[in-house]
Amino acid sequence: MGPEMTTKTDRPTPGPGTTRKLTAAAGKGRDRRIKSEVRLFSRLGHVALLAWAVIVIVPVLWTFLASFKNTTEIFSSPWTLPAELRWENWGRAWTEARVGRYFINSVLVVAGGVFGTMLLGSMAAYVLARYKFVGNRLIYYMFVSGLAFPVFLALVPLFFVVKNLGLLDTHIGLVLVYIAYSLPFTVFFLAAFFKTLPTSVAEAGMIDGCSHTRLFFQVMLPMAKPGLISVAIFNIIGQWSQYQLPLVLLPDKDKWVLTQGIAEISVNAGYQADWAGLFAALTMAILPMIIIYAIFQRQIQGGLTAGALK
Amino acid sequence: MRQGKYPFVIGFLALPVLLYSVFVIAPYAQAFQLAMTSWRGVGTPKWVGFDNFRRLFEDEAFWKAVQHHGILLLALPLITIAIALYFAFMLNVGGGSRGGERVGVRGSGFYRVVFFFPQVLAVAIIAVLFQMVYRPNESGLINGVLMKLGLDPVFFLIRPNLALWSIIGVLVWQAVGFYVVLFSAGMASIPTEIYEAAEMDGASRVVLFFRVTLPLLWDTLQVAWVYLGIAAFDCFAIVAVLSVDSGGPDGATTVLAVEIYRNAFVYSRYGYASAMGVALFFLTITFAALTLRVSKRESVEY
Repeated sequence: MGPEMTTKTDRPTPGPGTTRKLTAAAGKGRDRRIKSEVRLFSRLGHVALLAWAVIVIVPVLWTFLASFKNTTEIFSSPWTLPAELRWENWGRAWTEARVGRYFINSVLVVAGGVFGTMLLGSMAAYVLARYKFVGNRLIYYMFVSGLAFPVFLALVPLFFVVKNLGLLDTHIGLVLVYIAYSLPFTVFFLAAFFKTLPTSVAEAGMIDGCSHTRLFFQVMLPMAKPGLISVAIFNIIGQWSQYQLPLVLLPDKDKWVLTQGIAEISVNAGYQADWAGLFAALTMAILPMIIIYAIFQRQIQGGLTAGALK
Repeated sequence: MRQGKYPFVIGFLALPVLLYSVFVIAPYAQAFQLAMTSWRGVGTPKWVGFDNFRRLFEDEAFWKAVQHHGILLLALPLITIAIALYFAFMLNVGGGSRGGERVGVRGSGFYRVVFFFPQVLAVAIIAVLFQMVYRPNESGLINGVLMKLGLDPVFFLIRPNLALWSIIGVLVWQAVGFYVVLFSAGMASIPTEIYEAAEMDGASRVVLFFRVTLPLLWDTLQVAWVYLGIAAFDCFAIVAVLSVDSGGPDGATTVLAVEIYRNAFVYSRYGYASAMGVALFFLTITFAALTLRVSKRESVEY
């Protein structure tokens, strides 16, 4: 690698061949040049990094502040602080705009969806990864091929499947759909993970007379914990963020999840001119994510990028 | 080991396979069938062959959407990857080497945490957030500042030739942090000795970046390109919530997903919407196949 690099660099020092035998003086000069270059480079870089951090933080911070303002303040200047903490904006958003309701709906659906996804996904992945039987590969590829299809291709028929099963406007229906559409990635990821686990432990369990089912729940699942956590985080964020599926499958306002609710409030805020209420609703949707992210930041980054790094 | 294997295998697979068949496989299969019919949601669908596709090729909204996917497909990966690569390089390699280890600039940890944050927010929520940021009067974050400075407000979502770019801006805002973390992981696996050898030979940071980091990161870049490309074919939540009239003004930001939704669940043209879904499917598959073919270049061993 080394010699190749030298011929390609456009550095001003003369001749190839001398590069490996640098004199002390040349080394010093180069050091100085690199040092000043480093300083300029990192100064520019610092400005860019800081600018991006500001771009990310400011909209969120501004929303948070605006949730305490009244309409006059919102329209007067984006940068003045609210004169007082108007918690009534939050109250209005929570009850009248029903953010509380939507929030609880979201928690229920995601809790059910992720639990079901993890249970069924790990069961299928385990069997497909560690048991030989006819049709194993076929079923595996059936699951994994789901990664390649856009959900929008299935949207219309899916609506009628759910409707015909009498599950339209039910949280159960949405939960089942979430599970089904989360299976491709979950199976793909966990099957690879189960394959890496040592066989010796499983064999020892078998000799002790452990049943297949017990072996899975009491030995293999605990061993797969790091993989399970990554996929669970991936699914929690994914299902929590869903907008198109609930939009189609939950037309009834009482059943709505948070993303639907916030999008609707944003439309209504225009008619009612209740911008403060919208800012409060938006803050309520964002704040829990900030708290969860602050606590589980490492695991969340790991979980979301896990698929891409495979 | 053999005893009781099949009942166990079947017992564990039955439920996942059933759910998957009913809610995923069956709808995908039906979509191709429905695309050949004219159906308003009641009675039996009427077989019309390729009529829907013929209509599709004359549909202005369809071509507008395809054109927007083309723009998104180029702009979204290019801008996001360029910014993310630069930041990832700064955060991992930019600080020079200290004690034989490559380090990033000061505050790297903080930046990584902040940059990644938008990734945990739902796109629909981000769309509402940026509706407020982009508002065309004093109440908007950007225009509030511009107007205080005595400048004219910018109509981010209202001017037809600016609206799509305003939306791309939001998508980039959300995506950059994810790819910074992704590229960081890739850069961390590049051996320090390679950088040292290159630096020993007097390579500048720019050279380091283009001659060392970039080639060794090729596989990760390819993954990023595919991910962002697939994202460019979706964009439903952001366009449906953020843009004027879901895809407006006057179709200036519309994408296929929005048109599918509109045709199916607003106009009840289920057959036609399915045909659009099939078109979307073939576009996505073509993109994925092309990317894998074109970018299949020998990866550098190290």
